[in-house]
Amino acid sequence: MITIVMGSFQSLPDDHQYRTLSQKTGFSLEQIAILHNRFKQLSQNEETLRRDDLKTIQDLESNPIRSQIIEAFFDSRNFQKDVVGSVEEIGFEEFLTVMSYFRAPPQHITEEQREEIRRAKLRFLFNMHDTDNDGTITLEEYRHVVEELLSRSGALGRETAKGIADAAMLEVASISVGPMAPDEFYEGITFEHFLKILNGVEIETRMNIHFLNMDATVLCK
Amino acid sequence: RDWRTGCFDEECFGVLKMFILVLGLLVGSLMPLGGAASSPDTGTGHGGSHGNKNPGNGTTYSKKPFPVLSFDYEHVRLPFEISLWVLLASLMKLGFHLIPRVSSIVPESCLLIVVGLLVGGLIKMVGEDPPVLESKIFFFYLLPPIILDAGYFMPIRQFTENLGTILMFAVVGTLWNSFFVGGLLYGVCQLEGHKLAYVDLLSCLLFGSIISAVDPVAVLAVFEEIHINELLHILVFGESLLNDAVTVVLYHLFEEYSSVGSITFMDVFLGIVCFLVVSLGGIVVGAIYGILAAFTSRFTSHTRVIEPLFVFVYSYMAYLSAEVFHLSGIMALIACGAVMRPYVEANISHKSHTTIKYFLKMWSSVSDTLIFIFLGVSTVAGPHQWNWTFVVATVIFCLVARVLGVVGLTFVINKFRIVKLTSKDQFIIAYGGLRGAIAFSLVYLLNPKHFPMRNMFLTAIITVIFFTVFVQGMTIRPLVDLLAVKKKQETKRSINEEIHTQFLDHLLTGIEDICGHYGHHHWKDKLNRFNKKYVKKCLIAGERSKEPQLIAFYHKMEMKQAIELVESGGGAKLPSALPSTVSMQNIQPKKPSQDRALPQLSKAREEEIRKILRTNLQRTRQRLRSYNRHTLIADPYEDGWNEMLLKRKKMKELEKKISQMNNYLTVPAPPPDSPTITRARLASDPQAWGLKSVTESIPTIKVDLASPQSPESVNVVDEFSKKGSQPKEEEGGLTMKVPSPAKQRKDKTPDEEPQQRLMRCLSDPGPAAEEEDEDEPFLP
Repeated sequence: MITIVMGSFQSLPDDHQYRTLSQKTGFSLEQIAILHNRFKQLSQNEETLRRDDLKTIQDLESNPIRSQIIEAFFDSRNFQKDVVGSVEEIGFEEFLTVMSYFRAPPQHITEEQREEIRRAKLRFLFNMHDTDNDGTITLEEYRHVVEELLSRSGALGRETAKGIADAAMLEVASISVGPMAPDEFYEGITFEHFLKILNGVEIETRMNIHFLNMDATVLCK
Repeated sequence: RDWRTGCFDEECFGVLKMFILVLGLLVGSLMPLGGAASSPDTGTGHGGSHGNKNPGNGTTYSKKPFPVLSFDYEHVRLPFEISLWVLLASLMKLGFHLIPRVSSIVPESCLLIVVGLLVGGLIKMVGEDPPVLESKIFFFYLLPPIILDAGYFMPIRQFTENLGTILMFAVVGTLWNSFFVGGLLYGVCQLEGHKLAYVDLLSCLLFGSIISAVDPVAVLAVFEEIHINELLHILVFGESLLNDAVTVVLYHLFEEYSSVGSITFMDVFLGIVCFLVVSLGGIVVGAIYGILAAFTSRFTSHTRVIEPLFVFVYSYMAYLSAEVFHLSGIMALIACGAVMRPYVEANISHKSHTTIKYFLKMWSSVSDTLIFIFLGVSTVAGPHQWNWTFVVATVIFCLVARVLGVVGLTFVINKFRIVKLTSKDQFIIAYGGLRGAIAFSLVYLLNPKHFPMRNMFLTAIITVIFFTVFVQGMTIRPLVDLLAVKKKQETKRSINEEIHTQFLDHLLTGIEDICGHYGHHHWKDKLNRFNKKYVKKCLIAGERSKEPQLIAFYHKMEMKQAIELVESGGGAKLPSALPSTVSMQNIQPKKPSQDRALPQLSKAREEEIRKILRTNLQRTRQRLRSYNRHTLIADPYEDGWNEMLLKRKKMKELEKKISQMNNYLTVPAPPPDSPTITRARLASDPQAWGLKSVTESIPTIKVDLASPQSPESVNVVDEFSKKGSQPKEEEGGLTMKVPSPAKQRKDKTPDEEPQQRLMRCLSDPGPAAEEEDEDEPFLP
């Protein structure tokens, strides 16, 4: 049998697992290896990762939407289709799946593929906002999003957050639904409306981070 | 409409007459010039006859009759000519837009060069020497406004995201172009033999370095008209700005050593060091002045009128200071504008902001026009030496070098970019590499003694410039359409996009932290936090320093909306038959128990009221739907009748004091216990009392501004006020209580133009809410 040389940071038994993961998520094998190292570092060499492990990352502490980001890793909707709810701990496969939402789209793809990638990324964002898993972002949830964003800005943030959220919601309603009679009620932002309002933001090019191909990670504190 | 009939329009005729007059004056002014210069004694004679002392020779002095009217052109000559040229340039600009067909085919820069050629030709025919685009005037007076305009309004976000690419194109691309063109030209010169053999290698390299720089003026002039997508625009434009440092270094290097005749390795090494010094030094100088300007603007709250002056003077000083040390003045100017903008905009008043914007646009526009006209005139004037081989070779090599350079560099760059550059992009980048007046001026600066081939260079440069501006400038627009290159998105930033942009920033930073590697977002976030914690406190006055970007954006939006309301509410009838507002009621979950003290109206009465309201309120419909939670007026179908009554009452009061309109324009105002906001607004702008309504317990009702025009509405108000139901609390977040203290405050305010009372522009301290045209409606 021909053994494929993978580099110095992989053990051969993981090879098969890596290849399936690579096919599933689209990462290259080197990238998977690096992320696996990171996973092991965060989970203190255990098999699964918990919320507390992510909370220990110091750099995340100054991030206003920290809890939502952490929650996104444990949200079942992001790694299995048609399953709702959140889990307490995740394995490497789920970790990688969530990370794969942040891969850049490959260069030569068709329009449909680009649209699909766009939808997937926006679905991830949508799931982050829709905390009660009911398929719509209600006004309360949206308010929460804006409040979290402005949570580091003190009193000024809290006061205007509500106004901003209301205005934003109004905009979505008027763009998606158009004129409404006063007794009609806009339930919340559905995924289709969400797609519509974020049409101008080129998500597929902006929601990406650069995954390293070589193991030159700067280890966090 | 045929261009001929277009020309026979009144306006066009008028402009033509003025143009001919100005042209005549211009040509005529150069003639007495010649006359006066040759007879200086007539000048003194004039001076003498203004009768002061006896002339020095003490002889009899004949008494002349007192000169009632005299002609003394000499002493106003210089400012007169300058004004005449500026006037000519502006009239030209005016004229082009009156001839519709031509201006859509030919870019303005081409037309201006043609005009310059005509004027130059005219002047030459008269027998005078046409003025040439002197390098000093160009570099000190004509170029800075354009660069400052570009730097101040530079979209920082896109610029920094693509900085690596831009630098690659600017530095490596320009170097490649210079050496390729210079080297090959030298080869051609040697091969040519007899006529060109005297052109040595260093001169060729010098020429190559001058001509290979993409020119920001030309790029701006052409790209502004084709509305290409932001990425390509920033790439080509950024390249044209940053290659200045390379050009400066190469120019000085080759110029210094071409007299010596050879270059050693040491010189090359020093050249590289010089490059770093020139570029970084320029940026540092610019940044220092930028910070000074920002700091100064912190204290200008009592002298609003001179705020724009600080911006202009500090920037110009940055440019000149950089030029003192032969650093890159362009980079200093860009750095100054970009650094100072977020802080200055947070400090200055709205009017100053508008002033700065319009002054910059005006100056850069005039400069731009003058540059192209002078290019045309200089072509007629300049000493030429035509050499077919050299010129044709230059043009071809420039094109080839550009294409090869772009393709090669993109291949390398794409390995590092997330968003790769497609071949369409590459084509536009290559095609958009226009040369312009900077190259011309640099050649003009060459000393003919050291460079005997200067005239030939001049001719070649002019040919290349003409080629790029005419051929490439004219064809780029149809090519962009043909290739279906993405155009600039015209939609305005919506609040949702802004929220999500911020959200994405934090999200991506968080993911990077989880991944464990410090990438682009991590450093950006760190910089933002540093900025927020330390820098903003120093440079921004008052409470504004703590305002997060999202809130700043939101306030800016409110502001625009308010301005628009003022502007539209006074005038146009907006025809729309149906109520089209989505209001808070639609999104607010209804509480089951609401007690409203509604007047019990019969159905018929309701219908009648509705009809009256509709007819009265037709004209007051505004286009701003989503953000007006309180435009109940525009929606007569709402069943918040008590609110309606209140509104009517308010309108009546409003009619009396129209200038307090803006009191009600601030949509979701924060609750009363936000003294910080009040203090901030009042302290920083004593004029901006507008947000006093902020201190009210609830958001105030937005009232329609067309009320003064509708006398019928007064009757309606009277009608309703008789019904007189008291306002009551309704839904949780949305109360319509009348803010009674506001009324008293209203009385205190003097009558002023509403515009002046509006708060100063709270533009966000970052690049996000960038908009060019405040006059456009906020929502598309």
